[in-house]
Amino acid sequence: MIVGQLFLEFALLSFVAFGGATALLPEMHRVVVENHHWLDDTTFTHLYAIAQAAPGPNVLVVTLIGWEVAGPAGALATTLAMCLPMSVLIYLLIDRWESFAGKRWQRAVSLGVAPLAVGLIFSGATLIAQAAGLGWAGVGLVLATVAVSLRSKIHPLWLIAGGALLGLAGLV
Amino acid sequence: MENRQNPERPDLRALFFGFSSVGLSGFGGVLPFARRMLVEERRWMSAEEFNTQLGLCQFLPGPNVVNLAVLVGKRYQGVFGAIVAPVGLLAGPFAIVLLLALLYDRYGNLPQAQSMLRGIAAVGCGLLFAMAWRMGAALKDKVVFLPFAALTVAAIAGLRWPMPWVMLGGLALSGGVAYWRLGRK
Repeated sequence: MIVGQLFLEFALLSFVAFGGATALLPEMHRVVVENHHWLDDTTFTHLYAIAQAAPGPNVLVVTLIGWEVAGPAGALATTLAMCLPMSVLIYLLIDRWESFAGKRWQRAVSLGVAPLAVGLIFSGATLIAQAAGLGWAGVGLVLATVAVSLRSKIHPLWLIAGGALLGLAGLV
Repeated sequence: MENRQNPERPDLRALFFGFSSVGLSGFGGVLPFARRMLVEERRWMSAEEFNTQLGLCQFLPGPNVVNLAVLVGKRYQGVFGAIVAPVGLLAGPFAIVLLLALLYDRYGNLPQAQSMLRGIAAVGCGLLFAMAWRMGAALKDKVVFLPFAALTVAAIAGLRWPMPWVMLGGLALSGGVAYWRLGRK
């Protein structure tokens, strides 16, 4: 029962996932933590952290959420729900879509969607910051990460490894 | 343009393994690796084709790389390609993530694991802010469009309105403004 509900909720979300699965973090939190109480804040943040540290497309955070809520069937349900509807749609629409290339309304939509995606990612970041229950040191680490990431070309994996070490050392 | 491409059409096997290499090599987003594999290493598409197809995938909702895999798979092997390519992309990382989930279920309550994950979450959160900053800096006509980003944050993070409605309303407003401005030029 819960697997079917997971599938439906995430399939609905997949249609508004402008900016990919990362943009969905606030809404996934709302569905999974606030509405259904399937997970708590801490677990949600942990799953996000694990997904960050694992290889693969960002979408796999939904796999982890599905797993924690309903085991293997849940993992499969959320992953399929997130990928399948748009895949089918894009498969059916691609030929027609290419004939619209450059049309005024098409350019308007892609221009219009971009700032919304920025807002969604920013909201996701504030949400993780709140849910992680960070102290001053944690907030400092967040700010330091932003600064380093914007000013250097260092691979994010090194920053993640650094965060893991600082955490292990009990500094965050 | 044709002669720059690989004359050989990738078969299902090549699609599967090509995309699994992409899925397994990317940390924190695999798009750059997808580009390298498709355009530079295997030359299944030209740089321009990649940009157009990616533009479409980024424009549409859903996981961009998965949508891209569907398009590339369809182009070379029809419906089977459109299934095999995204499955190849996701299978390896899916297994790894489940392995990590098992470890988390078993050891997640240890204080060391908790504090390590808190450190990673803080960095991940910083990476998200940085990503939003970069995407915001790349917006065209910032004076006009950045306010829509701010409105989205207010509606989603502040007021906690449901995202489908925020996206529909936001797209109508900001897409409408974009449409109007495109007409003036």
